[in-house]
Amino acid sequence: MTLEQLSPAAAASAAAPSPAVRRPHRWWRPILRERSAVVGMVIVGAFALMALFAPWLATHDPTLQDFSVALQPPGADHWLGTDSFGQDLYSRLLYGARFALGIGVGSVALGLAGGLLVGLTAGLVGGRVEWALMRVVDAILAFPEVILAIAFVAVLGMGVDKLVYALAVSFVGPFARIVRSDVLQVKSLPFIEAATLMGVPRLRIVLRHLLPHVASSLLVQAGIRISTAILLESGLSFFGLGVVPPTPDWGLMIAEGRGFIAMAWWISTWPGVALALLLVGLTLLGDGLRNALAPKSQGG
Amino acid sequence: MLRALFSRLLQTLLVLAVVSVAAFWFLKLAPGDPVSLMLGAEYSPAAAARLTHELGLDRPWPQQYLHWLGGFVRGDWGTSYISHSDIFRQAVYEALPITLTLSALSLLMALLIGIPAGMVAALRRGGPVDWVVSSVAVLGSAMPSFYLGIVLVWVFGVGLGWFPTLGFVRPWEDFADGMHHLALPAITLGAYYAGLIAITTRSSLIDVMGHSFIAAARARGEPMWRVVCVHAMRNVLMPLTTVIGLQLGGLLRGAVMTEVVFAIPGLGMLITTAVLNREYGVVQAGIMLTALFFVLVNLLVDQTYQWLDPRLRRR
Repeated sequence: MTLEQLSPAAAASAAAPSPAVRRPHRWWRPILRERSAVVGMVIVGAFALMALFAPWLATHDPTLQDFSVALQPPGADHWLGTDSFGQDLYSRLLYGARFALGIGVGSVALGLAGGLLVGLTAGLVGGRVEWALMRVVDAILAFPEVILAIAFVAVLGMGVDKLVYALAVSFVGPFARIVRSDVLQVKSLPFIEAATLMGVPRLRIVLRHLLPHVASSLLVQAGIRISTAILLESGLSFFGLGVVPPTPDWGLMIAEGRGFIAMAWWISTWPGVALALLLVGLTLLGDGLRNALAPKSQGG
Repeated sequence: MLRALFSRLLQTLLVLAVVSVAAFWFLKLAPGDPVSLMLGAEYSPAAAARLTHELGLDRPWPQQYLHWLGGFVRGDWGTSYISHSDIFRQAVYEALPITLTLSALSLLMALLIGIPAGMVAALRRGGPVDWVVSSVAVLGSAMPSFYLGIVLVWVFGVGLGWFPTLGFVRPWEDFADGMHHLALPAITLGAYYAGLIAITTRSSLIDVMGHSFIAAARARGEPMWRVVCVHAMRNVLMPLTTVIGLQLGGLLRGAVMTEVVFAIPGLGMLITTAVLNREYGVVQAGIMLTALFFVLVNLLVDQTYQWLDPRLRRR
């Protein structure tokens, strides 16, 4: 199941609430009408470009330590200055966008996949399986996501990959619940019944008819969760529970610069501003998408 | 209604049972062997075997689980390897009240700032006030608490010297000093909620003000403040409660981050330092405690709906 398969149909169902009308060419119109969505898209897009072209945009190796140029203020050589290890902050900031977006998108994608699996199974199979699965989901949801993520980091250890898994697990619960409630709603619609009566195979009904209907609200949720994931990722790294130094991670950079804030404000300011800006962009984009695509969906 | 409450309580108990199994397995999965950790330098195979037997670690796991759960319910949460203090005391008597005070203070502040700001923005929709409130609200709710905390300490603590930058004083020991120390953390944590509350109040109030009962109330000649505060705001309380309830996880996330930044010895700090020190028993206690608290508060929020909206009671 790829996103390409999902999106045209999903967009059609979003643009036109009635499933019978398909207008595949106009799905972006309601999004462009949301000013906050456009602003958010521009901000997030800029960070995505930074992440994508980091190797070409960077002026130094992000993890190259050179103590002879430690704690340099922003200048011609090091555009945004250097940290206490003499690492170039501009280059670290660029690569940091990679880690923030990569970990954010990766963990949400994994969590979404898990939630989709659990939610679809629960919603379609029903009965005892559904009951049992949903009690497990309830239990996952009983843990605040930050506690769950910390617990999994404690078990798995630190590092980028482990952080992605830890965050992904904490997202399975919310996604599973949304998918299940959407599936239950869509399952009772007449066109699904019609397809079942026509003898369309079950898996095909799920993939072709059910998923596209669930997809738009799910994508909006995923968009909102990415900012949570990035916030958690940088927060955990800030505590020393996330990625390990000298990874150019914004949370880690803020933590490093914290002790030097009075004498070298630039070390923690750049990653802090970048992080805040990216989170604002993601929030605007998420809210705009929600208003445009799923006006009356589950809040939060 | 009582019946619904009862089934809800039963469901909550079930969730807590699953949660306790998960917390129990957490300690089993955590790296490192508790026996060798506890023995430390006094490790010998014989001592290890004796301690394993004493702790009941050689018994089958359902038995171990029940033994652990029994101890947990009675408040016997074990002792910390490092400080050798009782984990129950540490978590429930020392850390939890601090986190609760911080969260409650932040929530109170967020409500006091967020609701009026959202109301003003909604009533002056499209104007400069609305623009400022909306922008600040988005920034406040999106800003990572740990970075906002650093900035606030830098500006108001180091720069202006208005607030202490370090240390923590329990408000129940010295109220004025405690509040002085808690002010910056509460602002840091409250910013997230204040933004969220302002955004929600604004959008719901705009929505509600378009209804015909508002026009009817105004046509009856009721003053504007009464129409807004009595007729409209009552309907804003529901979505507001929903958002506050749904975002409790966000409050806790912020509390953990804020505590670490300001070195406040609350639950978040306890859990984080415990992970760093590999004290998994303390982590386990913290996980159980937050989950327990989270589940109970969610139950409370659900019951609040029925109190706020009489229409739901008759279902």
